Amino acid sequence: MAGPLVDVADLHVDFAAPGGRTVAAVRGVDLTVEAGECVAIVGESGSGKSVTARTLVGLAGPTATVRAARLDLAGVDVRGHRPRDWRRIRGRVAGLVLQDALVSLDPLRTVGAEIDEVLRTHDIASRRERPARVTRLLTEVHVPEPELRARQYPHQLSGGLRQRALIASAIAGEPSLLIADEPTTALDVTVQAQVLRLLAERRAAGSALLLISHDLAVVARLADRVLVMRAGEVVEQGPPRQLLHAPRHPYTRQLLDAVPSASSRGRRLATPARLSVECTVPALRRIALPTRTAAADDPVIEADGLVKRYGSREVVRGVSITVGRGETVGLVGESGSGKTTVAQLLFGLLPADAGTVRFAGQPWSGVPERRRRPLRRRLQLISQDPLGSFDPRYRVERIVAENLDRPAGRAQRRDRVAELLDRVGLGPDVLDRHPRQLSGGQRQRVAIARAIACRPALIICDEPVSALDVSVQAHVLDLLADIQAADGTALLFISHDLGVVHHLSDRVLVMHDGAVVEQGPVGDVFTHPRHDYTRSLLAALPTLTAVG
Amino acid sequence: MSGATLRPVLRRVAAGLLVLWIAATAAYLALLAAPGDIVDSIVGEGPDTPEIRAEIMREWGLDRPALVQYLDYLWRLAGGDLGRSYLLQRPVAEVIGEQVGPTFTLAAAAAALGVLLALLAALTTAGPRRPWLRRGVSTVELVLVSTPAFLIGIVLLSVLSFRFGLFPVSGDQGLAALVLPAVTLALPIAGLLAQVLRDSLDRALEEPFVLTARARGVVERVVLLRHVLRHALLPVVTLAGWQFSLLIGSTIIVEQVFGRPGLGQVVLNAVTSGDMPVVLAVVTLSAAVYVAVNTLADLAYLLVDPRLRRS
Repeated sequence: MAGPLVDVADLHVDFAAPGGRTVAAVRGVDLTVEAGECVAIVGESGSGKSVTARTLVGLAGPTATVRAARLDLAGVDVRGHRPRDWRRIRGRVAGLVLQDALVSLDPLRTVGAEIDEVLRTHDIASRRERPARVTRLLTEVHVPEPELRARQYPHQLSGGLRQRALIASAIAGEPSLLIADEPTTALDVTVQAQVLRLLAERRAAGSALLLISHDLAVVARLADRVLVMRAGEVVEQGPPRQLLHAPRHPYTRQLLDAVPSASSRGRRLATPARLSVECTVPALRRIALPTRTAAADDPVIEADGLVKRYGSREVVRGVSITVGRGETVGLVGESGSGKTTVAQLLFGLLPADAGTVRFAGQPWSGVPERRRRPLRRRLQLISQDPLGSFDPRYRVERIVAENLDRPAGRAQRRDRVAELLDRVGLGPDVLDRHPRQLSGGQRQRVAIARAIACRPALIICDEPVSALDVSVQAHVLDLLADIQAADGTALLFISHDLGVVHHLSDRVLVMHDGAVVEQGPVGDVFTHPRHDYTRSLLAALPTLTAVG
Repeated sequence: MSGATLRPVLRRVAAGLLVLWIAATAAYLALLAAPGDIVDSIVGEGPDTPEIRAEIMREWGLDRPALVQYLDYLWRLAGGDLGRSYLLQRPVAEVIGEQVGPTFTLAAAAAALGVLLALLAALTTAGPRRPWLRRGVSTVELVLVSTPAFLIGIVLLSVLSFRFGLFPVSGDQGLAALVLPAVTLALPIAGLLAQVLRDSLDRALEEPFVLTARARGVVERVVLLRHVLRHALLPVVTLAGWQFSLLIGSTIIVEQVFGRPGLGQVVLNAVTSGDMPVVLAVVTLSAAVYVAVNTLADLAYLLVDPRLRRS
């Protein structure tokens, strides 16, 4: 076959919106992927990157209108393809891998049945050969005990195994192109590294890859070429090295600056629009964060020897942790390490099986809730999914007002909430919206406004930015730093993202299997890790500087 | 089936038995509290002297303490003995046993037909494919849901039987006589289930695994049947269980409309003449059906969703 595998010129995708309007999601994108090449599309949500990828398999959606000067797949013009023609392409010419295999694989069917479906649909193997084929595919993506795993349901597999099983189903039809849409988002760093390695293997085996991600660092290691998309257009493209070290478009620079890491400590991640256009010198774009005072010797919360058991399983094994006034302490570890259980113990939502907690100089664990209640307002939580913590029937005003100090008059209350929203960078127009009508970043800002409404001494942030795009994450992290500097609030920052923790924290604790394996000032721990586990976490971390 | 899978099954069966006991007791208490004397009912139109009354009290065990009577009732119930009818002077089990067949046949036919129609209506109109058909079918469903079953029955009778003579007007002569009553009972059920199922299919169609399945090249019809339907069934199973257990009640009415033999006639006579053992037996029987159907629905849940099998 001559010519590139994917050859797209001037692609436009419009969506019909309610009220007879159309929304242009993709506006004039050119895209080629050669056989065996790895191309990445990077951009924030709403940039049109996923729509572009899905258009290649005819799955942009029923309300989409696709126009293109050229839309060739494996040398065949697919414009005007009928459903039956598309079905021959899907799974056979191009395989699709989505994020979060827990919901991208059918949760009611076994992993084996899901992989088998591809073989069955395309008549790849006879009924008797198929189980062996499924086992071989699982082995190919390094799933241990493939026969057992094939009989299990997605919820019985770990996040990493699930994602590999999803990839196995996408490659079952031996497609020459594998499209991976945010394949590692929401995965732990070490698991993410494994999945990226697996994708690299596929490519080495001759498969072309189209990676879609909001995270430049993730795709930079793998891609031959990166396209940066914004508002439906490709604003810049080139080899990752060029994009990382000599970005030409201000938006690319903005994306790079937004990535939190060791080198971003003490400066803002989000770039004001004005500066990003005018300044080309990186050092000048970096605005310092306001300075804050932390008193590690004046603890807000002290936990000593916390233990939590479920049946015979110890999920928290003797964790001691203190957070000083105005201090930011990072708590890192992978899912299942017990981080969130520690947060719940500190909150007093779960009784500890051993150990004590003191909050604001008073005993906190083992006292009746009635005595804790007056202090509750001094301790706030920001979770990964604020939507779940909002009453869906409340409007934003009521959500935030719930945490205000004294009962005030209606007008006064509205003013106070508007003030708080202003502090978190939201206009008064969101006051009357319902949580569902807000974007992910806006929701997290509302959650922050609610948390700071009662001027807490400590905010526990449990993965507060894990579900957000890099650029939205940058704004939220800047906001947290501003609030901390202004109010002197202490933060306990729970995250699996080492870059975020390094950017933000004074001290860090590394958790593994329910115990703290290493702790200290963030610079020491991350530059001179003593524990093997910390080292493996750091090694798995995709970084921008590693591409050279 | 492993122990871990068996435990939730056993728990649901045990809960069902508990509900059955409560229902039997409640029915017993309700009838005790009802106005009218039991002996009056038994005497009926026959000779009435104090001696006869004393005789009846002894014979039916009504002179024993209330608690003993209650325990005796439960004990017999557990053994399948439903007592003797005051009116007919025959074992209740026999009276009900003669009539339960046609009623169950009708209810089962209506349930099966209702589910079939609901599946057909929802699966052909789910998703954004045929908006006009969807609107039409949905409107018909709403009309059916909001119309009482006996009215549907009367309309069907007067059009299909009286005017066109397609089906017998009344009686129990074979399959043809079953069609109209079954359709009458099935239509409101189908309407309700279809509404809920379509809604639930629409939501399942938005799930990421549907996109994954489509991206494998699976035909849309297969995506619906193999992936989406199973997810959408969960809320429908609960609702269907509830609807089926109410069927006994509406069957009794529809039997009257179509002049069919069945429990309907028995219940009507028993209630009007205060034949307590029969009423008690029918109440307990409907409770048993209710419990059985809902336990089956709960177990169907476990079958549909493997994630529920753990706890």
